[in-house]
Amino acid sequence: MQDAYERCVYLERLGLFGCVQCGKCTAGCPINYVTTQEEPFNIRRLVYDVLNAPGEELASEKHFLWQCTTCGTCSLRCPKDIKPRDVVMNLRSILVEDGTLPPAIRDVLKSISINYNPWSLGKEKRAEWYKGLELKDASEAELCLYVGCTPAFDSRLQKLARSAVAILQKLGIDFGIFGTEEICCGNEIRRLGDTWSFDALREANTELFNGCENIRQVMTLSPHCWNTFRNEYPGLKAEVLHYSIFLARQLASGALKPAKEFAKRVVYHDPCFLGKQNEIYDEPRALLKSIPGIDFVEFDRNRENSLCCEGGGGRMWIEIEHAPERLANIRVRDAVEMGADVIAVACPFCLLTLEDAVKAMDLEGKVQVMDILEIINTTI
Amino acid sequence: MASKRIGVYICHCGVNIAQNVRIDDLRAFAAGLPGVRVAQNYMYMCSEPGQEMIRKDIAENRLDRIVVVACSPRMHEPTFRNAMKSAGLNPYCLEMANIREQCAWVHKDADVATAKAKSLLAAAVTKVSLLEPLEEREVPVTKTAMVIGGGIAGIQAALDIADSGFKTYLVEKDASIGGHMMQLDKTFPTLDCSACILTPKMADIKNHPNIELLAYSEVTDVKGFVGNFKVTVKRKPRYIDENICNACGSCAKYCAIAIKDSFNAGLSKLQALHIPFPQAIPAAYVIDPLACRYTREGTCRQCEQVCKDLNAINLDMQEHSIELDVGTMIMATGFEPFDANRKPELGYGRYENVITGMEFERIVSASGPNQGQLLINGKKPKEVVFIQCVGSRDKTVGNEYCSRVCCMYTAKHAHLVREKLPDAKITIFYIDVRAFGKGYEEFYDRVKGEEVYYRRGNVSEVYRKGDKLICRGEDTLLGQALEVPADLVVLAVGLEPSPGARELGQLLKLSKSPDGFFLEGHPKLRPVETGSDGVFLAGCCQGPKDIPDTVAQAGAAAAKAIIPLAQGMVKTETMVARVRAEACRACGYCVDACPYDAIALGEVRLGRATKTAAVVNEVLCKSCGACSAVCLSGAIQQSGFTDDQLLAVIGAIGKEY
Repeated sequence: MQDAYERCVYLERLGLFGCVQCGKCTAGCPINYVTTQEEPFNIRRLVYDVLNAPGEELASEKHFLWQCTTCGTCSLRCPKDIKPRDVVMNLRSILVEDGTLPPAIRDVLKSISINYNPWSLGKEKRAEWYKGLELKDASEAELCLYVGCTPAFDSRLQKLARSAVAILQKLGIDFGIFGTEEICCGNEIRRLGDTWSFDALREANTELFNGCENIRQVMTLSPHCWNTFRNEYPGLKAEVLHYSIFLARQLASGALKPAKEFAKRVVYHDPCFLGKQNEIYDEPRALLKSIPGIDFVEFDRNRENSLCCEGGGGRMWIEIEHAPERLANIRVRDAVEMGADVIAVACPFCLLTLEDAVKAMDLEGKVQVMDILEIINTTI
Repeated sequence: MASKRIGVYICHCGVNIAQNVRIDDLRAFAAGLPGVRVAQNYMYMCSEPGQEMIRKDIAENRLDRIVVVACSPRMHEPTFRNAMKSAGLNPYCLEMANIREQCAWVHKDADVATAKAKSLLAAAVTKVSLLEPLEEREVPVTKTAMVIGGGIAGIQAALDIADSGFKTYLVEKDASIGGHMMQLDKTFPTLDCSACILTPKMADIKNHPNIELLAYSEVTDVKGFVGNFKVTVKRKPRYIDENICNACGSCAKYCAIAIKDSFNAGLSKLQALHIPFPQAIPAAYVIDPLACRYTREGTCRQCEQVCKDLNAINLDMQEHSIELDVGTMIMATGFEPFDANRKPELGYGRYENVITGMEFERIVSASGPNQGQLLINGKKPKEVVFIQCVGSRDKTVGNEYCSRVCCMYTAKHAHLVREKLPDAKITIFYIDVRAFGKGYEEFYDRVKGEEVYYRRGNVSEVYRKGDKLICRGEDTLLGQALEVPADLVVLAVGLEPSPGARELGQLLKLSKSPDGFFLEGHPKLRPVETGSDGVFLAGCCQGPKDIPDTVAQAGAAAAKAIIPLAQGMVKTETMVARVRAEACRACGYCVDACPYDAIALGEVRLGRATKTAAVVNEVLCKSCGACSAVCLSGAIQQSGFTDDQLLAVIGAIGKEY
């Protein structure tokens, strides 16, 4: 039990005293959207509860804490500049400290400390995605291609990593990779509340990157990796860019020129960690619109109003039980209604969740999920 | 230096000072200081008996210097100066030691507080013996006022000043006066027709013998000081002589260029040659030079042909500036509605049936684009949702303040919807309803009774589902998120300072409060004054307010602006900077440091010779001390705060007592 002073500091740090209980956080929350009236995920109510009850007791009662995707819509919508999302992360930290975790989460955190990746796979497995490719070591190039754990291990996402390599090679860019030495960025780990493991990853990564004097820029495939490198790694010397920003710059300078037609109707799904959290809306669109023959369309809910795919905040490892609907299904259904052939994404997690939805809804052959990297690669 | 005869007066301020500073110790200490002839204490020195004590001692003990040991000089320095003056003493031979704010209120320990009070008292006694008597000076006032901004605030202020017999210039940047009030349909809570109660006042402006209306004009420069401002006004070319034009409108029929009708909040079009709205004052047409084919491309001139007989149109009219002398000025630059594009999640600009409160006013107004019919895309909306606090109470857009009018105008809008569409479902999302004014709570109750659903909680996002918009908000009383379908969404946008007010404020050296609106002299006691003498505030330029408050404040600003005009003279600053020309190196540092342009280099007579030295215009000097701080040779000194005086004070404070 915290004493009164500690509690006051805690609430003030989170800015919770300013809450006017307007409910914009709850109303904007995508998880509230897919939880039931009987067991709602109500972030506004959570803030109110935290204001009125000590953290430890509360955290252990709130099983729904693991449902949050940390998409950040609540924090974005809050007129009082409170970060309700951080309250969730904070309460999760209490649970991590207590060790009262769902088994799936416990496995992820264990894997991080053993393998430096969340997928319970040995680090030699990281070499799989670049089998047969002759790539420089990151220390020898100006640009480091940071692939990230999921694209390195997942067979579907490995195509993404290879597309990135192909594009960089076609552009004649001097780049390298860390290969099996690459370690998890920690974005999801921090969001799962394990700030201790995150600190260790940050330290290791900072040492790794800053130790290579040649590296000027780091390009990530995932907006999740980019988010943490950009906002939570104060000591990093190199400029870190999500690939959409890097390639949009190549497009603007004339180096990247998609020439082959891609005659399909394409709708773009904004990833939360790129859009809502880091305000990158235009670069991915510029890339898609530059492709000859493309019929680019927009979801009704786009940009600041985009709908989360439920892939973030540790949700790759946790399912909501009894969810009446999945957000990815809504997204796919909307895309099909619009007559889209392709749902374009700029995030590995979005790709997996949306592709799952396409399969679950039996819409294969009707609509396809592709990363912008894959699309661009077919046009140059 | 003849020895001074000093009186020291220690105030208890009830218990404010006395409970934490040992008054008797302090008085005994004061009595022992050099030059002190009288040392007294009293419960309230600022009271009439307290002042009388000082006056009596001056007469009986031939005191020539007074030290009051009490509170901050900000409040009561004038009180004691007046007491000294009435006893025949120069009021500038006063020094105050602030032992309330600086000792009693900030120290818990009476020993510490008393010791510090002794230091401050000793310093004040030291300084007062070095003070020189100063002369107060007065300058005559130009008995004319200027009001900037022709909305309801400016109109009311101008009428009040003019009615009291003084000439008044009313400067309006647009082609007509009337401001935002003219755009409103009805006013809350009485539902008066806004235009009906405003147009008589606009006509009064036009007909008033003491008012000179300068419409379509902007203030570009202000020089001088209270009583003697020189204001430069840019008169934009209207291309139509407002004194000749009879507003027949024949010319407009021949103008083929369409522009957005800003009076109708951009919801309709009008011609490049147009009258802003039927009741415009001046009742004259105007040509938008950014749209007119002749001013842009040099061809057309159709309108000139039409107006051949009257010959009111002059397409070669040029912009020109005039310089006006005025004694006092009132800022009435008003507000600008918050730009709803800055809250993209609410769908404004994305869905055409998401509109702002101001657009709603025009839609339901009989003089609006739909002749008052509430139609969206030609259809009557069945479900209407209002969203409160858009751009207000919102740190993410930098507006922490409540805009004060949106709760009530939304209640009014809901009432108007019910009046026009008896079967419509009306929902209002709100965080708090602030019905603070006279008759407002009653009006809110009335509107609720008209089957208007108030949902406690606000909308987070608006999106489309089929042919309806969905407003997703939480009803926080239920603890449930809601999806309320709508055919029309009205955003209750807040109020922001007028965009042009910023440069104008810089010209007049006005401060702004953190909310971006102009800062009043004191939040309680000087609500219409500013930091610039002779400049007053009226209406929303000082902060969001409703029409009753605006009119009341405009009247107050007018009364304040009249005072110097009625007196005919204004006192100038007494404790001004003075130059010892023999020590001045004419380096010009002080000229650059002076924020009031009060110092210039000039030729000065020194005995028979002349030399270049800094010369202070004592009327412009505001005694800020910036000049003496930068002067390397100590030649420029601020009266009452000379280097000698301040060094003596520092010495006195540094001593142990």
